[in-house]
Amino acid sequence: MTPRSAFLLGVRALLPMHLGVVPFGIIYGVVALQSGIPPLAAVLMSSLVFAGSAQFLLAQLVGAGAPALLSVGAVGLINLRHALYSASVAPILHALPRRWKLLLAYLLTDEAYAAAIPHLLEHPRSPTAHWVLFGAGFALWAGWQLATLAGVLLGAQLPDGLDLDFALPLTFIAIVVPMIDNRARLAAALAAGATAVLLAPLPYKTGLFAAALAGLGTGAFIGNKR
Amino acid sequence: MNWLPLWIACGVITFAIRYSFIALEGHYKPPDWFVRWLPFVPIAALTALTVPELVLVTHQFSIASNPKFWAGLIAIAVAARWRNTLLTIGAGFVALWLLRWLG
Repeated sequence: MTPRSAFLLGVRALLPMHLGVVPFGIIYGVVALQSGIPPLAAVLMSSLVFAGSAQFLLAQLVGAGAPALLSVGAVGLINLRHALYSASVAPILHALPRRWKLLLAYLLTDEAYAAAIPHLLEHPRSPTAHWVLFGAGFALWAGWQLATLAGVLLGAQLPDGLDLDFALPLTFIAIVVPMIDNRARLAAALAAGATAVLLAPLPYKTGLFAAALAGLGTGAFIGNKR
Repeated sequence: MNWLPLWIACGVITFAIRYSFIALEGHYKPPDWFVRWLPFVPIAALTALTVPELVLVTHQFSIASNPKFWAGLIAIAVAARWRNTLLTIGAGFVALWLLRWLG
């Protein structure tokens, strides 16, 4: 596969996710302005932080006047899952020059990972595998920047009752459900979901990380028994 | 508000997390149990982010009269049956808007 066709493969794998990512980017822009964040700062956060659910949380924390150190900690906690994506793609990217590793790490989001990983696992030794991840990452980055900008520009003109914040759960459902193809994976999802609901009262989304760990442990435990 | 340093700090920590194992590869070998846990990562993390959005309304457990719960169930069924991203997100939104309009 040529770099060009690998790049386009990644772009195409990601494109359907824009139906969820774009509304969520728009609603992020609106929420950021409502939290008192200046329009330029709201747009710049999308390239400096570049993490949908963490940006949403950060905008809300800033709006609530949370201390800066706590906000940084909460963003780190909610993005910790990306360390595991990092571990998952690391062997595939191992031989690449550092500039590629830096670029692909910056672009390593839930959506880009989910869009590219089937191809990466199928052809881990392909010399153009990283172009698939780059295509998916770039497509998501571009869509996210434009959606954020649209949210900031549209702002209060957006009609109420569209429930655009529902876009993120729907995107994650579209990513996760097709991955559940055995009992261990189903158990991992059920354990993570139930724990997340039980621990939801914990402050600053700390329950989220415990819930992810509960899911991982349950999945690995059941997977090992067979 | 001094937002630029805060954004940069959050960006640096996010990037460091994403770069961590990519940078360590070849210098450090993660333990076997860690490698066994990896396939469950996206499932566990994204489900933990999603389920509270479907069953909690302003921090209270609510399903029977919660349109997001039913729309989420429909999206899950569509995703399981057709494995199509566009269809799943579209069905979820249409279901939510219909339920709100009916209710």
